[in-house]
Amino acid sequence: MTRRTTARLGMVLLFMLVIADIIAAPPNPHKQPSIIALGSGAASSGGFCGALPE
Amino acid sequence: MQRGSLILATLVVVLAVAMFAGVRFGLMLLIGLGFGLVLEGLRFGFAGPWRAMILHRNPSGILAQFLAIAIVACVALPLIEARGGELLGAQAPVGWAMVGGAFVFGVCMQVVLGCGSGTLVNAGSGNPVGLLALPFFALGSFAGSWHLIAWTELGALPIVRFTGWTGVAITLFALASVAYFFVRQAAPEHRRIPARYVFAAVLIAALALLNLVVAGQPWGVVYGLGLWVAKGASLVGVDLSGSAFWAASASAERVDSSLLTDYTSLTNIGLMTGAFLVASWRSASLTQKLPILPIKAWVATVVAGFLLGYSSRLAFGCNVGAFFSGISTGSLHGWAWFVAAFFGSIQGVKLRPILGLEARV
Repeated sequence: MTRRTTARLGMVLLFMLVIADIIAAPPNPHKQPSIIALGSGAASSGGFCGALPE
Repeated sequence: MQRGSLILATLVVVLAVAMFAGVRFGLMLLIGLGFGLVLEGLRFGFAGPWRAMILHRNPSGILAQFLAIAIVACVALPLIEARGGELLGAQAPVGWAMVGGAFVFGVCMQVVLGCGSGTLVNAGSGNPVGLLALPFFALGSFAGSWHLIAWTELGALPIVRFTGWTGVAITLFALASVAYFFVRQAAPEHRRIPARYVFAAVLIAALALLNLVVAGQPWGVVYGLGLWVAKGASLVGVDLSGSAFWAASASAERVDSSLLTDYTSLTNIGLMTGAFLVASWRSASLTQKLPILPIKAWVATVVAGFLLGYSSRLAFGCNVGAFFSGISTGSLHGWAWFVAAFFGSIQGVKLRPILGLEARV
């Protein structure tokens, strides 16, 4: 067995994760933020590993 | 698959994310792809260079990391000061759990020879150790988040941040001082940064700055992995309200939202895919036979993978969120993380052969 098998397995699992999530929680393009945060006037609100929840 | 077909398929996916989730999210996926292409394409990483310093007194990779961090700091710190409402740096307190978490992360990243970004790159490029460690890394990140608030109650200093141009001066001085220390320790033939590393450092810095400008927050890895498990757990009926972290309104909202709207998830997906693309293009990469390792090595991979995720949540980030983004956006915890993780790495380098992950020396 070569790395081709494990690399493809990894991508299949990643693809399945994304598809399962799209089915469970479909994205809504009508709620999208401005294209970039800089200059948007909106506060940053994404999850980040350095942040404790408020 | 041909190179052209792979590029086309990838661009179609990016375009689909931009159309169906939002343009910003498509851009974040593209930035993640860039990280994966650079890290795997130029063989630039974090765990490997630290190992090279510990074993061979070769600091060239660490110096390149410092170069990338310095470039980001020169742009990010003044930018965050000017546009603080829109852009956030990594900011976390130095505390007992934070330092302990960074030490454990350092040990484990040398055991599996993959850090936060490295595990994703390894999994994408077909490394079976990385592929096995990744789901346990995600589980650990979820569990570490669950317990995070209890751990921080062990005690922590107030958050210390270096800001603006003063922050740039302090950060550059500190980076230069540590770089000088490493160069003094280096074997004479290793006292320079190879051109490949300089190129990679500049590209990684540019991508990290794009990450900050587009997302409004620095490059991170670990939060996204924990979120994947939280979403799965929620889907199968696990009650997340028992965790102060996952029950918080912002966390709960993200668990209910699409992964394609979470910045760290998008860059993680891009990173792994980018590494896969490069590995597919390199004729020798995917034809390598899988290593034959003893059972204890696979058990060690599972345990280390889980601990990587758990400890990095206590440490407020991994090599990316705490070390790279923490230092480059002026958080003192990035420096504390670096020191603790480096000492952990020294122990991890010794543990790796004992656990059967390489030939005993």
